[in-house]
Amino acid sequence: MRRLRECGELQIETYLGKLLRIGVLVSAAVVLIGLSLYLRRYGSDPPDYRAFKGEPGDLLSLHGILEDTLQGRWRGVIQLGLLLLLATPVARVAFSVLAFACQRDKVYVIVTLIVLGVLIYSMAGGLR
Amino acid sequence: MNIAEFSLWISLISIVAGLIGSLTGLGGGVVIVPVLTLVFGVDIRYAIGASLISVIATSSGAASVYVKEGYTNLRIGMFLEIATTFGALAGAFIAGRISPAAVGVILGLVLVYSAFMAARPRLQTRISAETEPLAAALGLDSSFPTADGVREYHVHAIPFGFGMMFIAGTISGLLGIGSGAFKVLAMDQVMRIPFKVSTTTSNFMIGVTAAASAGVYLGRGYIDPGLSAPIMLGVLLGSLVGTRLLVKAATDLLRKLFAAVILVLALEMIYHSLTGRL
Repeated sequence: MRRLRECGELQIETYLGKLLRIGVLVSAAVVLIGLSLYLRRYGSDPPDYRAFKGEPGDLLSLHGILEDTLQGRWRGVIQLGLLLLLATPVARVAFSVLAFACQRDKVYVIVTLIVLGVLIYSMAGGLR
Repeated sequence: MNIAEFSLWISLISIVAGLIGSLTGLGGGVVIVPVLTLVFGVDIRYAIGASLISVIATSSGAASVYVKEGYTNLRIGMFLEIATTFGALAGAFIAGRISPAAVGVILGLVLVYSAFMAARPRLQTRISAETEPLAAALGLDSSFPTADGVREYHVHAIPFGFGMMFIAGTISGLLGIGSGAFKVLAMDQVMRIPFKVSTTTSNFMIGVTAAASAGVYLGRGYIDPGLSAPIMLGVLLGSLVGTRLLVKAATDLLRKLFAAVILVLALEMIYHSLTGRL
């Protein structure tokens, strides 16, 4: 049988549930901190989203986002929170690879690795 | 209107969208893009980026609740995610190559469809007792708890369902919505997966699908921190409250009302896109 005792479905799902909850809460907290920095500084300026300009270069890469965050810039802090949120489903998929490996389910290890590959390709900027 | 007021307004709208979206099972994302573009004049690309973020937040937030109930089928979810993530990449690819007005028209048409799906009574899934060889090979068949004990179900029409999920993923990646209406149609009606299993599994998949296109959008500069932050927090808060509230009695009326709102937004969206006012 597929179901081994130490890596049963229920246990996997409980872990996944926790992983998702923690990921979402941490990212929401970081985004909230960034948003309050932003509103304190720019709250009385007019919003400007009518014309699409794209985001500045420092917000498009992990390196730039981390640099901005370390300097306490609001944009970097929010974007870091959003990256953490993006990382949550990726971590879920990565965790599922391990869970299926633990169940010795080769087919699903491959299936999950394909999905993980697509996510990494997207995050790494493979498609523009 | 200054940034503080703007942020307050869009976060309040997001809370309501998240709440109604989770109560009706339609997701909050469907109204975010049209409201931002039509009411607040936000460029559709920024709106799609912010909506995608809110879709991921809702999916991950609700999954942590659903997963405990034991309905989610991880194998079905993971297998179909191959289709939805490739679809999401295709959608993000197309979005970068067609005009914002064309995206607006497509969004309008998808919203019209979602409104009709939401307004009509839910179709019954015909749970099947026959095993298909492909489902057995992929280990997709499973069982779920019902009022009369544990019930087995068997998955059908896997290649067709897989193809529909690719299209659902493309729509999600192109428009920044969860496209739950298409996913549930494919899973319930085509693959004959019981409703509770299909909705929770679909919710589980939506986050991964949205992450696949969000990575592309992040690199393209569609995801603006100042706009995305209040929307993400609002939709998340609304949907978490909605997932825990089980107002069964009001849901049917709420679905119809929400469907009417979506239909109005959809027609406005198409009109604005065609007259070049988007």
